Amino acid sequence: MRTKRLVLTAGIALVGLALAGCSSSSGGGGGGTDTSGHGPITYVQGKDNSNIVRPLVAEWNAAHPKEKVTFKEQSDKADQQHDDLVQHFQAKSTDYDVVAVDVVWTAEFAAKGWLQPLEGDLKLNTSKLLPATVAAATYNDKLYAAPETSDGGMLYYRTDLVKTPPKTWADMMKDCSIAKTAGIACYAGQFDKYEGLTVNASEAINGAGGKVLTKDGKPDVTSAKAKEGMQNLVDAFKDGNIPAEAITYNEEAGRTAFESGKLMFLRNWPYVYSLAKTDASSVIKDKFDVAPLPGVDGIGASTLGGHSWGVSSYSKNKGTAHDFLEFMLTEKTQKFFASKSLAPVLTSLYDDPEIVKAQPYIPTLKESILSAVPRPVTPFYPAVTKAIQDNAYAALKGTDVDTALKDMATAIDSASS
Amino acid sequence: MSAVAQAPSGTTGPARRKGGLNEKHGQWAVWLIGPTLLALAIVIGYPVVSAVIQSFQSDAQHIDPTTGALVGGGFAGFENYLHWILQQCAAGGKTIACAPGTLGASFWTSIGNSLFFTVVTVVLETVIGFWMAIIMNRAFKGRALVRAAILVPWAIPTAVTAKLWYFIFASAGIVNAVIGAKILWTSDEWASRFAIVIADTWKTTPFMALLILAGLQLIPEEVYEAGKMDGAGAFQRFFRITLPLVRPALMVAVLFRTLDALRMYDLPAILTNCGGGRGDATTTLSCLVVDQVRQGYSSASALSTITFILIFVVAFIFVRFLGANVVQTQANQQKGILR
Repeated sequence: MRTKRLVLTAGIALVGLALAGCSSSSGGGGGGTDTSGHGPITYVQGKDNSNIVRPLVAEWNAAHPKEKVTFKEQSDKADQQHDDLVQHFQAKSTDYDVVAVDVVWTAEFAAKGWLQPLEGDLKLNTSKLLPATVAAATYNDKLYAAPETSDGGMLYYRTDLVKTPPKTWADMMKDCSIAKTAGIACYAGQFDKYEGLTVNASEAINGAGGKVLTKDGKPDVTSAKAKEGMQNLVDAFKDGNIPAEAITYNEEAGRTAFESGKLMFLRNWPYVYSLAKTDASSVIKDKFDVAPLPGVDGIGASTLGGHSWGVSSYSKNKGTAHDFLEFMLTEKTQKFFASKSLAPVLTSLYDDPEIVKAQPYIPTLKESILSAVPRPVTPFYPAVTKAIQDNAYAALKGTDVDTALKDMATAIDSASS
Repeated sequence: MSAVAQAPSGTTGPARRKGGLNEKHGQWAVWLIGPTLLALAIVIGYPVVSAVIQSFQSDAQHIDPTTGALVGGGFAGFENYLHWILQQCAAGGKTIACAPGTLGASFWTSIGNSLFFTVVTVVLETVIGFWMAIIMNRAFKGRALVRAAILVPWAIPTAVTAKLWYFIFASAGIVNAVIGAKILWTSDEWASRFAIVIADTWKTTPFMALLILAGLQLIPEEVYEAGKMDGAGAFQRFFRITLPLVRPALMVAVLFRTLDALRMYDLPAILTNCGGGRGDATTTLSCLVVDQVRQGYSSASALSTITFILIFVVAFIFVRFLGANVVQTQANQQKGILR
C-alpha cells in the first residue's frame, strides 16, 4: 500500500518536472526572412474607443478581398497591451502580423528581434513624416516601425489672467505672482510616481538643453544642464509655484484642477483641449488657450507620445502588412485620424486649413512636435523609466538634487547590465 | 491485490472500513482523484517548478554593438537570489549596492511594508470583526438583512474599491474636505500607509466577521447557561468560554487573512501606485514582482520564490504552533479534550 502511494506521488512529480523541462528557452532572432508573402493578416491594437480603426479596416477589406485584415482589440491599459504582445512574440506566434506599439516599446521589441526592419522590399517613404516620430521608431539606425499617430505636450494657460503665454521657464515663474493675487495655484504637470513623471522630468531636463541618455545609451543626467532642469522643478515646488498637492497629480487630476479654475498653467496632452471646451463642469470654457512648452532658453522640448505600427518578424504575410502600412500613411487616412482628434504624422496636414479650423490647437501641437525629444530610446526602457521616476520623485520630495541625479545615473547603468 | 494488507498503526477492534490503496474502494479512489490531481499538478505544480527552475537562469542582457540585438542569458546559480537578499546590482561591469531607482533597492523596505500591513490590518480586522460577529450572533429584527448587507464591501472587487478610495483620499477629495486638512493621503509616507490600512480594513473586516460568526454559532447555548449558573460575569464568559471555543475558526480566519495580506498587490498598486514617502513607502513584495516581470523574468521568478518561502514559513508557524487546524481541534473539542 505504501509503495503504491509512493509510486503515485512520484509519478505526478515526474509529470510535473517533465512538463517544466519541456518549456522552450526564450530564443532571440527573428522569424523567416521571406518578405513577399501576401494573404490575410491580423492587425492588433488597444481598444478602439472612438471607432477610428474599424472604418479604415472595412475600407481596406473592400478593396482587397484576398488580403483581408482581421482587427484584434486588446485591453485599453498600456501595460496589459505590452504584456500581451510580449507573450505572443515569445511564443513566436504567427497570429499577429501588424501590431501597434507605443513609441517607448519599439527599441525593446526591435532588440529582441520581434519586429521586422522596414528596409528592402518593406521600405517605406518617410520623407513626408514628422522627423521626431521617425526618430522614435528608429533603432540602431534602422526603421523598425511606421509612425502612426503622434502626441506632444502643450502648455494650457488662462487667457483672462495672462495676456501672452510665457516663452521661458523663468518668465512663467514670474507670472506666478498673478496667480497668487488671483488666489489660485500657478503651474502643474504630472508628478505622481508613474510614467507621467518620466515624461515631465525628461521635458525639464531636455528643455534645459540636457539629455537623459547619450547616443550610446549611457546616462547623461549628471551634466550641469540636466541638473538645472531638475532644479527648476524642485525650486518651483519649494517656492509654492507648483502646489504641494501636485505631487499626486496624473493627467486627469491636473485636468480637473484646471477645468475648475484652480490652476493657471497646466502641462498636458492635446486631449484636454476639447474636453475643457465642452465639459459641463468646466468653468474656463472660453478662458484658455494653448502654447508650446517653455524651456530654459526658449521653446521647451516636449516629450513625444503616440504609437507606431510594427510588422511582426514571425508574420507569414509581410508583403500585405507592408501594403497595409502604406495605406495607413496615405493623406486620406491621416486626415481621417486628424478629424478624430489624433495628431497625424504627415507634416503637411498641420498646415491644412480644414484641420486647423476643426482643431485650433494644431499649429501649437506642430511647434511642439517639431521640437520634441523622444523619451530614452533603449531596449531596457522599463528599468530606465523606473530609475528616472523613482529618483525624480525623491528629488521633488526633498532629496538633494545632486544625489538624486547621481542615483538616477547609477540606476540607469544597472538597468542595462 | 498482491501485497499483504498491513494493519494501520493504532487501530484494533472489529472490522472497520479502512481506506488504503489495496482495498477495492481504495483503488476506485485512485482512479477518481487521479485526473484532478493531474490537473492540479499541471496548473499549480508545473508553474511553481518552472518558476523555480527559471529563477536559476540569468537575465543579463547585453546589446550586441553591431546588430543592436539583445544577447545573453544562461545559467546563473544563486545570483538572482543574492541580488535580492544582498541588494547587489551590476553597474558598468562591477557589482555595487543597488541604487535608489532600481527594484533591488526596495527589497527589504518592501518586506517591512508587507509585514507592517499584515500585522496592522489583521489585528484591526480581527478585533473589529469579532465585535461585529458578536453583535450579529444575537437575535434581533432584521438580523438576516444585516448579515447579508455586511458582506457588500467584501463582494466589491478590490480594484474597484481601490479606485473608489483613491478618489476619497485625493487631495481635493472628501476626506480632506470633511476633516478640513490638506493631507496628501496618496503621497505622504505614513498617510499613504494608513490610507492602505483603512481601505483594506474596510474591505476585509466583513470576511473576518462572517468566519468568526460561523465559529460562534457552533458554541452550544448550554455552555453559556452553565456558566451563568456558576456565576460567571460577562467578561469571564467571554474569555473563558467564547474565546477558547471559537479559537479554531478564529485561527483559520486569521491564517487566511495573513496569507492574503502578505500578497497584497492591487490595493497599493491602484491607490498609491506602490509609491509614497520617498518612493517606496507602500511598495509590497508583490508590487516588486510585477514590476520586475517587465524587466526580467528570471529575477522575478527568484523574487516570487522568496515570497513563496516567506508565506510558507508564516503558514507553517500558524499551523504548527498556533493551532490553526480546524478539523483536528474541533474533533478533539467534541471528544472533550479542550486543547
